[in-house]
Parts: sequence; structure tokens; C-alpha cells
Amino acid sequence: MKTLTKAATTGLLFGVGGVYLALVGLLEMMQARPIVFGAVNLGQAVLALLALACGAVAARDAGPAFARAGAGLLGGLLAGALMALLQVIVATVPLQGMFIAASPALRNMLAFGFAPGPGALAMLLGGGIGGLAGAVLAVSVPSLRRAIVAGAAAVVIAGVFQELIQLMIQYEGIIGWIRDFVYTWQGLRPQGAVAIFVIAGGTSLVLSHRSSAGHVPSPDQRRRRRFISAGVALLVLVLMPLLAGAYIGEVLMLVGLYILMGMGLNLEVGLAGLLDLGFVAFFAVGAYTTALLMSGSSIGLLHLSYWEAMPIAVLVSILGGVLFGLPVLGVRGDYLAVATLGLGEIVRIVVLSDFAAPLLGGPQGVLDIPKPSIGSFELGSPVKLFYLTLVCAGVAAFIAWRLENSRLGRAWEALRDDEDVAQALGVNLIRSKLLAYGLGAAFAGLGGSIFATMLGSVYPSSFQLLISINVLALIIVGGMGSLPGVVLGAIALIGLPELLREFGEYRYLFYGAALIVMMRWKPEGLWPSEVRSRELHAAAGEAEPVAAMEPG
Amino acid sequence: MAEASLLLCRRLTRRFGGIAALTDLDLEVASGAIHSIIGPNGAGKTTVFNCITQNLSPTSGEVWFRSDRIDGLTPDRVAAAGISRTYQNIRLFRNITAIENLLVGMHLHVHSHWWGAVLGTPHTKREEARAHAEALKLLHFIDLAGRGDLLARNLAYGEQRRLEIGRALATRPKLLLLDEPTAGMNPHETSRMMAFIQRVRAEFDITILLIEHQMRVVMGMSDRVTVLDHGAKIAEGTPPEVQGDPAVIEAYLGVKSAAPTAARDHAASLLGAAASER
Repeated sequence: MKTLTKAATTGLLFGVGGVYLALVGLLEMMQARPIVFGAVNLGQAVLALLALACGAVAARDAGPAFARAGAGLLGGLLAGALMALLQVIVATVPLQGMFIAASPALRNMLAFGFAPGPGALAMLLGGGIGGLAGAVLAVSVPSLRRAIVAGAAAVVIAGVFQELIQLMIQYEGIIGWIRDFVYTWQGLRPQGAVAIFVIAGGTSLVLSHRSSAGHVPSPDQRRRRRFISAGVALLVLVLMPLLAGAYIGEVLMLVGLYILMGMGLNLEVGLAGLLDLGFVAFFAVGAYTTALLMSGSSIGLLHLSYWEAMPIAVLVSILGGVLFGLPVLGVRGDYLAVATLGLGEIVRIVVLSDFAAPLLGGPQGVLDIPKPSIGSFELGSPVKLFYLTLVCAGVAAFIAWRLENSRLGRAWEALRDDEDVAQALGVNLIRSKLLAYGLGAAFAGLGGSIFATMLGSVYPSSFQLLISINVLALIIVGGMGSLPGVVLGAIALIGLPELLREFGEYRYLFYGAALIVMMRWKPEGLWPSEVRSRELHAAAGEAEPVAAMEPG
Repeated sequence: MAEASLLLCRRLTRRFGGIAALTDLDLEVASGAIHSIIGPNGAGKTTVFNCITQNLSPTSGEVWFRSDRIDGLTPDRVAAAGISRTYQNIRLFRNITAIENLLVGMHLHVHSHWWGAVLGTPHTKREEARAHAEALKLLHFIDLAGRGDLLARNLAYGEQRRLEIGRALATRPKLLLLDEPTAGMNPHETSRMMAFIQRVRAEFDITILLIEHQMRVVMGMSDRVTVLDHGAKIAEGTPPEVQGDPAVIEAYLGVKSAAPTAARDHAASLLGAAASER
């Protein structure tokens, strides 16, 4: 009975989710993105995924195999029924006054091109089959399941990003031959999709067989494996703009800037627990300082080169961070979030004001900021600036990593857990907090500095509250206090939406959904910060210097 | 006695709005002693602790530690002066490991700057290594060797209590304030904790001010006992003196001090039971 109720609720929930996706217009938009050209599009894939996931979730904890299959079937049928109902309603009732997305095109999609009656039946059946398949997948051998998921994911990635990928493999010879086998100029070929599915699935199978044949990987091995994959990801990041051209370079540039800011905010929020919603202020300070120092226009102050302006911008940002921190020293938790929100807005409004206009240019901003150059080599294009950002992010990550494992980092973590107790143990709250604001601001200021020279101009309207929220969101999604988490979060929340341009207007819908899903099922984030093993670590490496200095 | 006293509170008063949590308390803690503060719930015991460590600033009165006046300092300065404490409801840094809790406790005695940590200077590395060695020793002392890499929140209750005391010891205090270290423990665990506290005093050569409800602990370990009721001191002396004091019995049991001796003795023997009931 309990299983039945659960399967039914799951089915209804997924059905409602599907109806929602359809009515906000996402499904129809996804339909325009083919995966396998002429055969499968993203919208259909999402529908299939919904049914599969519904079946898998409904079948979880349902007991014996047949009960699981039944639960999956029931869940899928119910979800399908809701979608079918939507299709029939859209066909019979003129809903478009309320829901623009409830168009004939949507109906046509939900009916798989059939008339309303047969279409509803097809959707119901499709839901049932999908749910059943999901349940079967959920109870099947893990290695097989992983292989199928890996294969399907590879096909989706190869199909959705086909333009980018094709751009990267514009070569003659063997690569050209492979490209022509897998792709037409319009998209993935069916034969290519099958080949990719087989290769990715097969690789996954082989890998999981190898690991299961041996032993369970130790935490050490697992960590090494994770860092190897991180290294590979970094290599891809470095090579990507060279291979894929300027557009990817621009996207990665943006991701890099957010990584920089994320590292900074991570010191404040992730380590010291100071929830800061005015973080964009530091970004603005860095950008404006750079702009004023470098600009060739009439309000430019010194016409410095970028390499002279950047350190000053960082220093001014640190100063800004400390000044920003002073008034909110005694404010905690939720109140701190509200107070910093106010401070961040004050900075933006001051920059906009007539009062500061002679100095900062008011709404017109500061124009004519030259690009940085090394000797006679100008870092003119976004791709070149991306490498500058990458280097800066690397340095920032190194600093953050060192700080994390230092006396100050421990004091921050203590502060985050219990401010009063930390103080009672001798931690100077004022100093620690101001250092958190100052150092966090330094990273954001550096980001702002690069941002200013990248655009060649700065305007107050670039420094909206939304930037603070984006940075905070990427930290939460990546994993509070985790450096790799910042990178992952930036890629997932900043990079992906940029690549899926046409879904731009749904960006914050994704954000909302991603945040809710993360908070509900993985509150520690995509790549949670690791528990450092310091006691055992000592036995390996640190014991010797201690012994050596004991007599002194 | 006066020159040997480590802590001296004079006419210490703390009000919350109109309610006086503590009224004109004079308290003198002798160097090297185990001094207990007892009293019914709400008597103001923890307020005394908060006013000593300056987590709360006293409304009026003075707190002297060694030869310095410490009221009005910030809590971190009080810790630097040599006072450290534990809490009635354990307040560890739950999301970092046991050994990191100890390392935070050593914050005052690790001399490195953040830029040293960023640059990885030899000085910083030496300091870190030294702190680490000391933390390991401390970990061993509190009987948590091998458990140091567990998150504090994952430790067993008794371990958390010991870790909290260890963290307080890491600040190298002269005076250790323990707020109900045996709360929630069974008789066996209580005995172990008593032995542990004795060991702490012997090994670290420190003075202990103790808030405690279990009379067995108070009477078995204290050199001196101060009894509070309604924020005021009603009795002070050695354990036997306090045990026989009519005012104390009245405070705990509501027995009139004019009660016959036999009844009073009976009440005194009940004192332990009544107090450990909570």
C-alpha cells in the first residue's frame, strides 16, 4: 500500500513537473535543439528522461523486483496521464490567452504528431514504458546502468553542442573522416549517435569492470583520481579557446571572472561564514579604480599601464573591503546578509549619483580604457584575456588554498561555527573578520580590474545585485568552502547557460531549480570540501621537522 | 590567603533588564584549588562564568585576575590573560575535526601571519609543525589519539566533553572554568571524568573553577565550595562546612532552618540526590 501511494505521488509529481516545463515554454524551445538530426531533439529527450527518472524514483525501496517494476510502471503511467491530459486540454480549450506556450506546436509535440485522441494514448503508453524502463534500469546491474547513462549522456552532449564540437574538429585526414561519419553540417547522424553511445558505454563498462575486478579504491586513490580528472579539466580549459575559437573564449573568460570572484567570496562565506550579499561592491571598486587609473578620457587620472593599475586596484579593493567590514562587524547571520545587501547597493548608487559624477562619470561611466600589453604584445582579444584570468584565478586559488590551511583559516572556520567560542579561545574577531572582508575583496577587485580592461569601459549598470547573487549561488552549488567546488559551480551556473544561449530567458529558472535541488538532495554541493586528515598526515611527513627542532 | 588568590570578584553584579541574575558577589579563588560553585537551577552560576570571561560584561563590580583587572576586556584578551572555559551544553566547532579544534585553541600560541602562510615561509612551517606536535600530545592526553581526524560532531558524548576540555587547555590557561563537565553522564562515566579532572590539575598545574550539580563530584573533589541562590552567595567553605549549612539546605529543599538536627541531617543526605535528579 505504501509502495503504491509512493509510486502514485512520484508519478503525479513528475507529471506536474512535465506540465510545468511545457507551460513555461521550455519544452517547445528544447524541441528546436536537435540531438540526433532529424530523429531526436532535446525536448523529446527531456520527456524521456522525465519518464525514466519517474520510474526509477518510484521503484526505489519498493521491495521485490516485480513490485519495483509495477511501481515504476504506475508512476510512469500517471505522469504520462497528466501530460496526455495537458495535450487534450491544449487541443480543446484555448489556453493561449493565459499561457503563451500552450500553442498548437506544443500540442503537436506532446501528441507525437498524432491527433488528440491517439496522441493522448501514445503519451500514456510512452509514460508507462518509460517508467517501466526506468524501474528496470534502477534494479539492473550497476555497471550496466552506469554504461547506459554514460552512453546516453555522451550522445546528448555530442548532439546539443554539435556546433562547438564541429568547430573544434575542422581538420582533414582521419579526424575529418571521423567527423563526416559522426556529423552532417546540420547535426549528429544516427550512425554517429550509435557509435558514440557504444564507445562511451563500452568505455564505462570496461572501466567499471577493471575497478570491480581489483579492489575497492582507497580514499587516497579516489582522491588521486579526482585530482587527475581536475587536471584533465584544467588542460581542457587551457586548450579549449585555442581549438574552439573566440566565442568559447568569451564564455570561458566570463567563467574565469566568476571563478575569481567565487574564490574571494568563498573566503568570506565558505570559510568565515560571513554571508555577504554586497560582494559586487568590491568588483566595482576594482573595476572603477582600474578604469580611472588607465582611462585615456578626460576623467582618467594617471593614464597608467594595466600592470601598474592592477596592483593599485587590488589594494584599493582591500581597503574597500575593510571599510565595508567595519560597520557590520557586530552584525551576524541573516542580519549580516541584509546589512551587506544595503552596503552593496549604496556603492552602486553613489557611483550613479550626480555628486560623484565629476569623478566617476555618473551613468556615462568611464570610457577609453586601453588593453593590457606585454612589451609590444597586446592582450587584445577575449581569448588572450582569458589566459590572464586563468593565471589570476590560479594564483587566487593557490592563495585561498594556503590560507585555508593556516592559522587564519582555522580561526575563520571557528568563527563560522561559533563566534563566541572562537573569541573566548583568543581569536580576535575584529582582525579576523576584517581580514576576511579585505582578502575576499582583493580577489573580487582583481576580477573587476580584468573586467574593466576587457570591456574597455565601465558603467554603474554593470554592477547589479544580481552579480552578488550569482557568485553566492555558484558557491552554494559547488560546495561551501570548497575550491574545486567554486570552479565546478562557475562552469555549471555561468558557463552552461551561456552555451545554451537560446535558453537565456530561462536562466534564473534553472538557477532556482538547481538551487532547490541542491539544497534538498545534496546540500553539501557538487564537490564538497574535504575533511583534512591532519593527525594521520603527521605520521607520514610532518613528524620529522618536529623531531628535528625539539632540542632547540 | 589573599596573596595566593588567583581570581578575585568584588561586588560582581549583573542585571538583565529588571532581573538581577547576580547581586554583589564576592568570590575568591585560591591558586591551585578546585573551587566549586553550586546552587539550584537559575541561581546564576553560569552568569558568574560569563562575567569572568567577559562574554557578558558585569553591570557593576570588579574582576581581578592575578594582578590585573579584567572586567571590560574583550573575551579574547581574557583568554590571552590565562582564563579558559568549557560550556554547559558542549560548544565544539562541530564542522571541523577534533585536532583542528585543538589547533584553534592554540590560536594564541601559534605565531604566524597570513602572508607567511601564503608564501609558505620557513617560520610559518616551523610554527605549524610545532603546533601540530603539541596538538597531538594534547590529543593523547585527552585520550582521543587516533580519533583526531574525525569531525567533532561525530565524536561520542564523553569524547566531546574531553575534547572541549582539551581545547580549553590548548590556550594554556592558568584558570580553567568547567561548566557542568559531568552533565548527562552515568555514575561510571562521572567517576572517569572526576579522575580526568584531577589529572588535568596535576599535569597542567592549573586552578579549576567548577560548576557542578552532582554532589558526589562536588563533595569528592572540591577544596572549597561556594553556594549561590537567586544570584547571591548564601554560603562558602569546605565541602563538609557547606553540607551542614542550614541556609544551603533551605535553598535546596525549602526546609526551614529551625528544623531539628535530625531532620537537617536527613536533608543534607538528600542534597546529593535532589541535586543530581535534574
